[in-house]
Amino acid sequence: MSITVSNISKSYKTVKALQDISFTVKEGELFGLIGPDGAGKTTLFRILTTLLIADEGTATVTGFEVVSEYKKIRNSVGYMPGKFSLYQDLTVEENLEFFATIFGTTIEENYGLIKDIYVQIAPFKDRRAGKLSGGMKQKLALCCALIHKPKVLFLDEPTTGVDPVSRKEFWEMLKRLQQKGITILVSTPYMDEAALCDRIALIQDGKILEIDTPNAIVKHYTKQIYNVRANNVYQLITSLNTYEHSHSVYPFGEYVHYTDKRADFNPEDLLLYLESKKLSDIEIEKTQTTIEDTFMELAK
Amino acid sequence: MSNNHVIKVEGLTKMFGDFTAVNAITFEVKKGEIFGFLGANGAGKTTAMKMLIGISTPTAGKANVAGFDVFTNAEDIKKNIGYMSQKFALYDDLTVKENITFFGGIYGLSRKEIKGKSEILIKELEMEKAANKLVGSLPLGWKQKLSFSVSLLHDPKIVFLDEPTGGVDPITRRQFWEMIYKTANRGTTVFVTTHYMDEAEYCDRVSIMVNGTIEALDTPKKLKERFKTDTMNDVFLKLARG
Repeated sequence: MSITVSNISKSYKTVKALQDISFTVKEGELFGLIGPDGAGKTTLFRILTTLLIADEGTATVTGFEVVSEYKKIRNSVGYMPGKFSLYQDLTVEENLEFFATIFGTTIEENYGLIKDIYVQIAPFKDRRAGKLSGGMKQKLALCCALIHKPKVLFLDEPTTGVDPVSRKEFWEMLKRLQQKGITILVSTPYMDEAALCDRIALIQDGKILEIDTPNAIVKHYTKQIYNVRANNVYQLITSLNTYEHSHSVYPFGEYVHYTDKRADFNPEDLLLYLESKKLSDIEIEKTQTTIEDTFMELAK
Repeated sequence: MSNNHVIKVEGLTKMFGDFTAVNAITFEVKKGEIFGFLGANGAGKTTAMKMLIGISTPTAGKANVAGFDVFTNAEDIKKNIGYMSQKFALYDDLTVKENITFFGGIYGLSRKEIKGKSEILIKELEMEKAANKLVGSLPLGWKQKLSFSVSLLHDPKIVFLDEPTGGVDPITRRQFWEMIYKTANRGTTVFVTTHYMDEAEYCDRVSIMVNGTIEALDTPKKLKERFKTDTMNDVFLKLARG
């Protein structure tokens, strides 16, 4: 096992940030920690990267215990915090050199690992990190986290606030790193990214709601979801919310995802109801469950 | 400007030295419309938005926002629009009520108006129990909803939302969009940027900026037809990747 977490709890004064968390990440696995802001993701990352000590429980990373063997862990993991933490006043190249030096290596020695990513920011190597765009900062931070060839990579919300093109490229980079044998623990609030992980843990309010492969998690959702559409979205949502049999109503792209409380739900009934609310161009059809649907059901 | 348009932009350009951040963009936004303003990081969205809200003077072109010219009446624009930045801008060490009172005062509302608005707002947000809590202690989703409501305190004609839902959980993200629909339904124009492509689908019309120019502007449905794809995500990838 690359990472083992056993019954970890951590509180800040009255806030229980993590409550009895346990899971394992296999060597070479791409494991996703999926949950909103405040779920406890960052606290968990800080415990695993030896920057914070848990109140209860134990954890190991690459076989080393996070408290007693923290120095060994620090040499063998890469950590990209959620907040941009490089030196804003150093240039791109200076930042990278700095991180290589403190880990006792050189850029040349592990260049192969970061080449794909670094060539994209190389044209700006003399620019100060503080002056880079969001996407470039993120690529530089990833290079700095990789320069000492870590066995495990911790990425805390690497794609928050990043546009879809850069997000897609970022995930392609992660997949390539995984193929080079690096274990990756990544957190994200984007549910579409969850599907790209080998396994995911859904986390909220310091508790793990579920751990499994993305496909298996979707299969645990038992209700049939319907795509509903009409001429006015706002009226459609309010009408569905006040429908006595409605179980859940969530806007979902061009449709609204609707589930009904009744086991013998007939879409015709809903159609009549929506027509009575003066809606027109109504469409109701069955649709596939996504991870986001599952998450919202569990988090309800 | 016709009464139906609350934003009218023609050839709007902003240069920083030799670099053209926004290159002659032209578009109009209607009253009560939800207008999605999309683009990759660095495409020029924030620069364009800063010109529209009156805090950055354009290099060239024309722009009229809420009936005022960005060159000559920038101060009037500020009074007649709402703005919610991607960085949380309320005071963490004031309570919910105190923040509302403070911003109400800034927007020039009377004490009576502030009191009335404050009650309605807290009730609509279902924050009765949190009304006297420090804003800093609230979850991110609550803060974002409160910020949005505060930006609407002075009944602006347009509200500008800069990535309002980044990092917010899926349920709160949807509650936030229900607030956007409600606002637009009342006739307030919503100008919104986002990196969530499912949210692009919620907009009446969407513009996509690439390297300082608007490369596409239409309803999500028509954009998907034009690019022969099922999702706005693919539309975005096709455009922004060139």
